[in-house]
Amino acid sequence: MNRYAMFSKIVLSSLARRRSRMLVALLAVGIGGTVFLGMGAVYYDIPRQMGREFRSYGANLILVPAGEEASLSLEDAARATALLPAEQLIGATPFRYETMYYNMQGLTVAGADLEAARKTSPYWQVEGDWPRTDEEVLAGLDIAEHIRLYAGSSVTLEIAPPEGRRFKKELRVSGVVRSGGAEDGFILMPLRGLEALLGNPGRANVVEISIAATGEQISLLAEEIRAVVPEVTPRLVRRIADSETTVLNKLQVLVYLVTAVVLFLTMICVGTTMMTVVMERRREIGLKKAIGAGNRAIIAEFMGEGLTLALAGGILGSFSGYFFAQAVSLSVFGRGVTLPFFLVLLTLGASLSVTILASLIPVTRATDVEPALVLRGE
Amino acid sequence: MNILELHDVSMIYGQVQALRDITLSVRQGEWLAIMGASGSGKTTLMNIIGCMNKASLGSVILDGENISRLNAGDLTAIRRDKIGLIFQQFHLISYLTAVENVMIAQYYHSMADEKEAMQALARVGLEQRARHLPRQLSGGEQQRLCIARALINYPKLILADEPTGNLDETNQSTVLDIFHQLHAEGSTIIVVTHSPEVAAHAGRTIRLEFGRMLDDSAWKETPPDSGS
Ligand SMILES: Nc1ncnc2c1ncn2[C@@H]1O[C@H](COP(=O)(O)OP(=O)(O)OP(=O)(O)O)[C@@H](O)[C@H]1O
Ligand SMILES: [Mg+2]
Repeated sequence: MNRYAMFSKIVLSSLARRRSRMLVALLAVGIGGTVFLGMGAVYYDIPRQMGREFRSYGANLILVPAGEEASLSLEDAARATALLPAEQLIGATPFRYETMYYNMQGLTVAGADLEAARKTSPYWQVEGDWPRTDEEVLAGLDIAEHIRLYAGSSVTLEIAPPEGRRFKKELRVSGVVRSGGAEDGFILMPLRGLEALLGNPGRANVVEISIAATGEQISLLAEEIRAVVPEVTPRLVRRIADSETTVLNKLQVLVYLVTAVVLFLTMICVGTTMMTVVMERRREIGLKKAIGAGNRAIIAEFMGEGLTLALAGGILGSFSGYFFAQAVSLSVFGRGVTLPFFLVLLTLGASLSVTILASLIPVTRATDVEPALVLRGE
Repeated sequence: MNILELHDVSMIYGQVQALRDITLSVRQGEWLAIMGASGSGKTTLMNIIGCMNKASLGSVILDGENISRLNAGDLTAIRRDKIGLIFQQFHLISYLTAVENVMIAQYYHSMADEKEAMQALARVGLEQRARHLPRQLSGGEQQRLCIARALINYPKLILADEPTGNLDETNQSTVLDIFHQLHAEGSTIIVVTHSPEVAAHAGRTIRLEFGRMLDDSAWKETPPDSGS
């Protein structure tokens, strides 16, 4: 029988044939592994999950005309948005603001790509329908209350194009929008409809962009846009971009802390368990030495048992950690986590290293045991 | 030829002087009994001879090698190669079967060999019990297993500390029979015992009292072994 076969026989028999206290270490490593992998998965997934989540709070990057210009061309805006990573881009909505008159009173009409607006401003609540044709509009909540507009009513606006005569146009109100922001005071209509009424197509005053990225990354992208498309000026919507980054950073620090504390506790638990086991087995260690075991053999057997349990604990922990992360993600974000395989390897590695570290002192104690105690019958 | 020589060996534990100036020679193939009251230093002496403790003073020459100045690692190697130990409390490894308990001694020595381990068990009449755990064996069977383990690496010296202390008459005589066989084959055996009956089987008896060697029966009662 070769050395490894006998070695595994000794290690496995010791684990299997006595109800060892070392099983406590298995439990500790299992729990440690669960938290480690769970935290790892959340840590890895949070920026992506939270990024998407935050995107429901509206645009975090806007494009405005460069210099003194009042408007920018949609072509330039398209060149700028093309620089953004497609898989992170939620949407880009051009807005063009014009003044029209209702009963001699000026009011702001915003022409927008309403399809895109539904993505960049998912928090808008529309009572009624979104416009289906270019001659339908959404009335902002405040305007709607002021001049009594509602879904299905119509509004007649007086339009003064820069060239040509003033004229009146009746538009159907498909719904009332409530945004909680400036839009509540506007009439919103499809950009193409606005262009048809006023001419001068292909221009916007502002393009609102929503992108799933950290504040830092957005800053870098903004730099790039500034450099490549000088006709537009990118601006971070600071409030949102910064708070996203802050929240993410805090969450990640929390994850680090919890993981470190759990690893430390696991190490303490494994260490004290190992120490107890060494004390309990002094007589057996003495006997093994008396019949010829060297320190290396004693260390190998202890580490063999410890690492077998650590491996089992790590595998156990990886499974339960995955379910833990899945459950957390489902309940918090409403979608599952993606678990990269390297996290499982990392968990196993952490389980083994924690066990080795925790066993260093106990194992040294084991080699200190004197064989003479066997004959003395202690 | 002397397999073992002790010159002025003393062992001091703090205030206690467990052994005083022991000088003793043991020839190859000799069967020696060590007797003495409890606390007289018998186990202390066995621990020194068995390379498990170093003497505080004096020199110990085992198989031609002075072991009194060796470090723990070298002592382990000598213990593994030259000594077979048998204990009063048997001291078997609880989670290994009988044959595995023999094989682990082979494993620490060099290479586990199941066939050879089975032969050793057969020699002490335990071949039917090879797959039993120690707790499934009787006291006599456990002691025979302990002997099989002690013999497996062909030790030059067999040390037994009260090997029959926990055994009944029948098992005691079984164990003594095995010792007689080993002696006949030329093994050197040192047995510590309280029992004059057990000591009577040995070729020579020494007595300890308060750590001193009192008398040496070899010189008084029996002529020195012819040597083998
Ligand atoms: N490790 C030790 N530390 C301190 N004193 C010790 C130690 N080992 C033995 N002694 C002392 O040395 C003396 C001899 O002990 P030893 O165990 O050799 O006696 P023994 O003859 O084997 O007795 P018994 O017949 O009861 O087994 C005793 O007084 C004992 O207390
Ligand atoms: Mg004793």
